[in-house]
Amino acid sequence: MAMLDVKNIHKSYDDNEILRGVSFTMEKEETKVIIGPSGTGKSTLLRCINQLSPPDAGEVWLDGEEITNPATNINKIREKIGFVFQDFNLFTHLTALRNVSIGLEKVKGMEKETARKRAMDELCRVGLDAQTKQYPAQLSGGQKQRVGIARALAMDPDIILFDEPTSALDPELIGDVLDVMKSLCGKVAMLVVTHEMGFARNVADEIIFMEGGVIVESGPPKEMFTNAKTQRAKEFLGRIGALYGGG
Amino acid sequence: MRGPLALDTLVESLPQLMDGLKYTLGLTAFGIILGTSLGVLLAVGRSYGTRILSIIIMIYEKVIRGIPLLVLFFLIYFGLPQIGINFDAFTAAILGLGLRSSAYQAQIYRGAINSIPEGQINAAYALGMSKFKAIRYIILPQVLRLSIPGWSNEFTILLKDTSLAFGIGVIELMRQARYIQVRDPDLVLIVFLFIALIYFILVFSANKTLRYVEKRYQMAGYQSEVHR
Ligand SMILES: Nc1ncnc2c1ncn2[C@@H]1O[C@H](COP(=O)(O)OP(=O)(O)OP(=O)(O)O)[C@@H](O)[C@H]1O
Ligand SMILES: [Mg+2]
Repeated sequence: MAMLDVKNIHKSYDDNEILRGVSFTMEKEETKVIIGPSGTGKSTLLRCINQLSPPDAGEVWLDGEEITNPATNINKIREKIGFVFQDFNLFTHLTALRNVSIGLEKVKGMEKETARKRAMDELCRVGLDAQTKQYPAQLSGGQKQRVGIARALAMDPDIILFDEPTSALDPELIGDVLDVMKSLCGKVAMLVVTHEMGFARNVADEIIFMEGGVIVESGPPKEMFTNAKTQRAKEFLGRIGALYGGG
Repeated sequence: MRGPLALDTLVESLPQLMDGLKYTLGLTAFGIILGTSLGVLLAVGRSYGTRILSIIIMIYEKVIRGIPLLVLFFLIYFGLPQIGINFDAFTAAILGLGLRSSAYQAQIYRGAINSIPEGQINAAYALGMSKFKAIRYIILPQVLRLSIPGWSNEFTILLKDTSLAFGIGVIELMRQARYIQVRDPDLVLIVFLFIALIYFILVFSANKTLRYVEKRYQMAGYQSEVHR
């Protein structure tokens, strides 16, 4: 049984059907990258998975538990699903350290001191030992995003969803964040929406190409980059590869 | 010979005025506690409650803000006993001041709630926080900090408006001054100048203190407000 099983997700806003039957699975510690044109529903899909926007139809299963079932305690499930946002969404009134420890304290019920130590470890892991006392407004974009990753990691999630984690960053800051993400590879499952083709090519176990609310094609990076079956995937990967090649 | 500046007689009346001051401070303290607690609840209820609750709160705010304070005092103190609800004048005044302030404070907090980026609430949910925890640990701490300037303003208004409680017979500063005036009409100017000074000093020191608190709890990144 797959760790994450997404079955036939549909989601509309008003009369606009954004997701029209999306299905895929993820195994423990797997890394998958979702790519696709703007407005295709990539963010919506991630938000459907952790129920920030509950899908209209379809099911999401995590570790054999149906998240989409209204009887499930969604707060309990969300502890196991980290989320890293494009615009960081750090808590303005808390230091980097408190941003990471607050979930441990208030959600996991950890002792303040234990939570603090754990948060410290996670901040070291993302290279922010020196910034623990700084507030979000005093951090660079790349540092903010690494706090965001540490905040997700601290909860010991089974999977972390990344929604364009580097899109809001200046080019010279992207590398640090991608390095942190690469270092997580194989330790926790990651589902990453990104345009960073270098990351997709080198790190992903699978690339999922979405367009118009469906998965058009998916496969291992090598195959997708050199030998995509659909014309659309070929075109898109060619175009995006030229734009965001590096890494 | 006693002129408008009969300082010696004023000094004799000091204990009486200080007695009134105690009530003024009591009204202010209890009034602001009631106004603040209720104001926060109203704002949270209006922003996060059910539709019905939010409409009821909106109506409450509009109605209370539309009634002059003195009318509210009379309604509570003289009106309610007709339907069997009795308060002493001091309690009635606290209720009036607190209710009125809550309706204004709710607006301050609601503005602050709306100014908190939705993304932070999503981030709180994504960590596994319930709505209650997200409000308690993420939203309210920011809302209260952002509301300090508005709250300070509301505090000084309430402090000054305690003087209207003399209308229902609370023996606070204003009422004591009236007693002195009636007993000794020569003192009218000096007495009211004197209590004006007391109100001014209270408001002035409250503002100074709150300004300090505001700076102390300022969120990094909002420093620009220091230089207003
Ligand atoms: N809360 C919402 N209400 C109404 N429409 C929405 C909402 N969220 C998303 N949409 C619409 O759904 C569509 C898909 O949005 P989504 O953000 O999922 O796309 P995306 O693939 O992540 O795009 P991008 O690459 O630009 O981030 C868009 O047309 C958007 O306008
Ligand atoms: Mg998006």
